[in-house]
Amino acid sequence: MRISRDRVLSLLVIAPSVVAVAVFVYGLIGWTAYISTVKWDTLRPDYTPVGLANYQSIFANFRFQIDIRNTVVFTIFFVVASLIIGLLLANLIDRGIRAEGIFRSLFVFPMAISFIVTGVVWKWVLSPGQPGQAGFPASPNGVNQLFGLDPATNRWFTDPKVLYIAQDSQVGKVLHDIGLSFLTGTNIGIPIAMLSIVIAAVWQMSGFVMVLYLAGLRAIPEELREAARVDGASEWRIFRHVTFPLLVPITLSAMIILGHISLKIYDLTVAMSREGPGFATDTPANFMWQTSFRDGLFGRGAAVAIVMLILIAAIVVPYLVWNRRQEVQV
Amino acid sequence: MSEPLVPANAAMIVLDVEEEEERIAAANAAKAKGLKKTVKRSGRGLAAYLVGRFFLYGVLFIFAAWYLTPIYVLLVTSLKSSSQVTLDQMWTLPTSINLDSFSQAWTALAPNFMNSLLLAIPAACISSVVGSLNGYVLAKWKFPGADALFTLILFGMFIPYQAILIPLTRVASEVGLYGSIQGLILVHVIYGIPITTLIFRNYYAGIPTELIEAAKVDGAGFWRVYRSILLPLSVSGFVVVLIWQFNSVWNDFLFAVTLTTQPNWPVTVALNNLSGSFISTWNVQMAGALMAAMPTLLVFIILGRYFVRGLLAGSLKG
Repeated sequence: MRISRDRVLSLLVIAPSVVAVAVFVYGLIGWTAYISTVKWDTLRPDYTPVGLANYQSIFANFRFQIDIRNTVVFTIFFVVASLIIGLLLANLIDRGIRAEGIFRSLFVFPMAISFIVTGVVWKWVLSPGQPGQAGFPASPNGVNQLFGLDPATNRWFTDPKVLYIAQDSQVGKVLHDIGLSFLTGTNIGIPIAMLSIVIAAVWQMSGFVMVLYLAGLRAIPEELREAARVDGASEWRIFRHVTFPLLVPITLSAMIILGHISLKIYDLTVAMSREGPGFATDTPANFMWQTSFRDGLFGRGAAVAIVMLILIAAIVVPYLVWNRRQEVQV
Repeated sequence: MSEPLVPANAAMIVLDVEEEEERIAAANAAKAKGLKKTVKRSGRGLAAYLVGRFFLYGVLFIFAAWYLTPIYVLLVTSLKSSSQVTLDQMWTLPTSINLDSFSQAWTALAPNFMNSLLLAIPAACISSVVGSLNGYVLAKWKFPGADALFTLILFGMFIPYQAILIPLTRVASEVGLYGSIQGLILVHVIYGIPITTLIFRNYYAGIPTELIEAAKVDGAGFWRVYRSILLPLSVSGFVVVLIWQFNSVWNDFLFAVTLTTQPNWPVTVALNNLSGSFISTWNVQMAGALMAAMPTLLVFIILGRYFVRGLLAGSLKG
């Protein structure tokens, strides 16, 4: 029977890829999970079981606690800023402007560049300069100079400051009284240096969000908005009540994609600031790499990797399931 | 309103980029006309319209300036001599054009630049062939469980690679591929399977099944259908996937820094190393950054439309 021969052929064609993904994605994840429960703390593999000791060790590590804080701060600022800028640009471009192609290309081209190049260039643009140290003249950095800011207080990615609620401040006392004292202290705070990384990351990724939104806007029939205009609705009301509700699925997609990128951000911080002052720009990805491949603590490195995987899977798996349901509906 | 707006069929659009561009242009012209008509109807008059346009272009130019700032700094710094590269002269144009930085950066990066070419071109080619075949099977030879399997494959493109990196280095050294460019090509092909399969599967889903059924009735088998129907329609699909994979392989850092050692480093690792060393001045670093960015930027400038299709097809809807 001809059909069944082709059926077998089709399965044979896809089999190598299925095996590769099964082994190199799922198999190796399993192996990493196993490594995270063994001693392996030198270059030579050591599979002596230690239970959850590696996890206890990393969660007790102040650097990893800082990394988690950094990731959360980075993710929030990066995702929100990219979404707002992407949505704004898409709406501006969608208004029948001249030279649309040029503007679009200008906003998207950073996507074609590696995070390493982006990091190296922004590191130079945001270099803070020497705030009048002995032997160095007080030279403001490019951006400080441009906006007339004092290089001594505007340290950009070299700024060790963390914005946080002090325990003995008024607000801190109130929080303590209502049992929310965990919100005080530097572990819940905003590392200023991280915001420089956010600037570079948004520069690179906001064009991508614009592309998504633009495709969404273009898929909305103009008659829909035209009808609202005829009814006398203002442009803002049209956006609020007609356009934006139709863009919600895209917003969700963009949030998931940006969110999973920011949870594993590595190259950009490595190229721009490495750990930063007081680990202000350190990330779990960087911690994982150094713990494993520099310090040889593979058991702990694997534990960090598994924590990262769980965080990302928590947002990606529901998205994939949602995606599949939508496809079935179509 | 449950209809997905951005294209379950994003890749279908790719079928005819030209037509799509024309459609957008026409839609835009209509939109501009519509806006003007609205202005007249609402009676707010020309002045309000012009003020609106003024702010519109104002904001667009501010953002354009922000996007171009690093490029400006990159260019002027790379053309300066070492003595002119100081923080307080960051924004000034070079007093004289100096190409020393480029020759220095090229000396430092040339071997790694070649490594990147030897890495990214084969990886992109192999990846797109694999993706095309997988996409063909998953779109046109669906077997029970094919969609579930596809979702399982897709998960592979979202994982943090840290979660496979430690055992991967073990496997690579066991089979003798640790440190080599060939090993890195293989790694990129394997972890490229989800995205390339996704793009091609959606792309082929846009080709009418009747076409394939008819060919089958005429006695065409698995390969015959692929060669004579799918492949001729696949040109822009291949362009999209080739660009996508070339970009991601060229720009990769994590796999490269973990799995290769100098002299096999690709250019991203070498650039990061150059930028971290104290000997190299900023003009050399900027020249190096420009070199490392050039191939993917050129591809974007020449084939930007396909790049954007790739972004859409790759990011949405399995």
